[in-house]
Amino acid sequence: MNRQQWLSSTGIIVMLVLLILALIWHLSIGTKTISLIDITHSFYAFDEDNFNHLVIQELRLPRAIIAICVGACLAVSGALMQGVTRNPLADPGLLGMLTGGALAVVYWSTFVHAESLVWLPLVAAIGALISAVIVWGIASRAPGGTTPLNLILSGSAFTAFSAALLAIHHLLDEQTFQEMRTWLVGSLLASDINVLYWCIPWIIIGLGGAIALAPSITALSMGEEVATGLGINIRRRKWQLLACVVILTSVAVALAGPLGFIGLVIPHVVRFWVGADYRWIVPYCILLGAIYLLFIDTLARWIIQPQEVATGLITILIGAPLFIWLVKMRVR
Amino acid sequence: MTTKPNINTSAISLRTNNLVVGYSAPIVKGVDLNIEQGKISILIGSNGCGKSTLLKCLARVLPPLDGEVLLGNKSIHSLPAKQVAKRMALLPQGPIAPEGLSVKELVSQGRYPHQSFLKQWSIEDEDAVTLAMQQANVKALADRAIADLSGGQRQRCWIAMVLAQQTDIILLDEPTTYLDLKVQVDLLDLLSEMAHQHNRTLVIVLHELNLAAAYADHLIMMKEGKIYAQGTPEKIFNADNLKAVFGLSSKVIKEAESDSLICVPIQKIKQTQKAKPALNATNKVEL
Repeated sequence: MNRQQWLSSTGIIVMLVLLILALIWHLSIGTKTISLIDITHSFYAFDEDNFNHLVIQELRLPRAIIAICVGACLAVSGALMQGVTRNPLADPGLLGMLTGGALAVVYWSTFVHAESLVWLPLVAAIGALISAVIVWGIASRAPGGTTPLNLILSGSAFTAFSAALLAIHHLLDEQTFQEMRTWLVGSLLASDINVLYWCIPWIIIGLGGAIALAPSITALSMGEEVATGLGINIRRRKWQLLACVVILTSVAVALAGPLGFIGLVIPHVVRFWVGADYRWIVPYCILLGAIYLLFIDTLARWIIQPQEVATGLITILIGAPLFIWLVKMRVR
Repeated sequence: MTTKPNINTSAISLRTNNLVVGYSAPIVKGVDLNIEQGKISILIGSNGCGKSTLLKCLARVLPPLDGEVLLGNKSIHSLPAKQVAKRMALLPQGPIAPEGLSVKELVSQGRYPHQSFLKQWSIEDEDAVTLAMQQANVKALADRAIADLSGGQRQRCWIAMVLAQQTDIILLDEPTTYLDLKVQVDLLDLLSEMAHQHNRTLVIVLHELNLAAAYADHLIMMKEGKIYAQGTPEKIFNADNLKAVFGLSSKVIKEAESDSLICVPIQKIKQTQKAKPALNATNKVEL
């Protein structure tokens, strides 16, 4: 094991420790601050009559787990998109999935007048999926097929188009928008643990696929010709990878709405640290994405206690300066 | 330098059968080619003659419109991708390494076809990578980032990557373009050593005619998607063929010491200058 590998493996352990610390902080912060002792007790000596235990187990833990899953999914799908398209600015939103999911939800709540939000995640996931299929379809019909450039072009066109539709809707129907406001910037407030149960198999497929395919993403990121020379069936591998992206992003949209930024930035932060080998990038993205969203979600509930800010906003408000600082550090 | 040739080199054959390749219209039009094993075959021809397209089809980057590429008597486009990659490597033109990749990481990518999900990184892989870095003389750069290297060093790293793949056949698309002459010669010396001492079969697309003539065991001249002439440089590297293939007026002379053939272009301007010494500079450009 050389120095680089040693650093990368110790990094994983450091990240795991950070993840646990972030989780503990997340669990203790909220409308009511709960002590570490109560948190640990709630795990191995759960007491139904203890209000703190209930809050931890029934409210905060599900939310924390959802944050972990969403962060991991978005970061990994961003990394895959960047690797496959060889575009450092690619992110899950590029396939139109975030705005597409949002649009589907807005139309759903306008036209169906659903009382509850039960169907919302499913609608979001379907919207995201349909968007991906549309963008993919347009790209594959362009000359040259689903090349990275075609995907990016049709993706941006579709994203702009669906964003415009969203805006029109916003102007015409304020009522719905009032209700959807929080969801549309991405929030874990309304996230439902039951949705997570549905998502878990997909998360396992998506993340497992990403880990299994990671070595070939490194090869793909060196260009299609090099990858072909190394024995990768480009067409099939891209399908598999984009399928992973679609699964992971749909899950994230279903759980937390159109949460941007994480998919774009986390992979870059990871690359600063571990370099360009996806064998390391993918596991690091899983961990860092999870830590980041957990941390951000804690901040969102902490800044103006007992109120909370939409997580999607804090993601960017904190994330953007942090990212700029990182870029500066690296350039120096 | 350690010599650890692939003993199992039963030198696999590579040939094409009436190969037609192109995008919508054919660019390569019915090529029958038989690549000699353990030799350097160099493809030359003017821009757009289809030499790179032909190489891309040999490497499965492009599917044939008609005909087939046979690797050891099996159609290459029907064999599993990984299996082909264990026998044949490709270095495309102007490859770009992702930012932040170190030399060793790049060379390690060459082991991809030898790995699987269950069999990740073995001692065999480690040895192959070390050997390849020694052969390409990039061992000292192992931990440097590719982006920080000079053009020549970078190209050596890429060559190390295809060497680490440990294939019988290596295809290279203009491996020396944009490099200094000295660096070009160094690289071709390295490739020549690989072919003649380590029994690798090399197929190279090259722009530099004199280097092609000097290093080729088998020279293939392409014109308008077809093979115009092929054979040893002695046989086919002459003024007539160069005129026909490139439209280039030249003299081919033999350098006495090395016996290599050298093509000296006949410059139009110099000719006219000699004929009409009175012409001034501005007129010359317009001629």
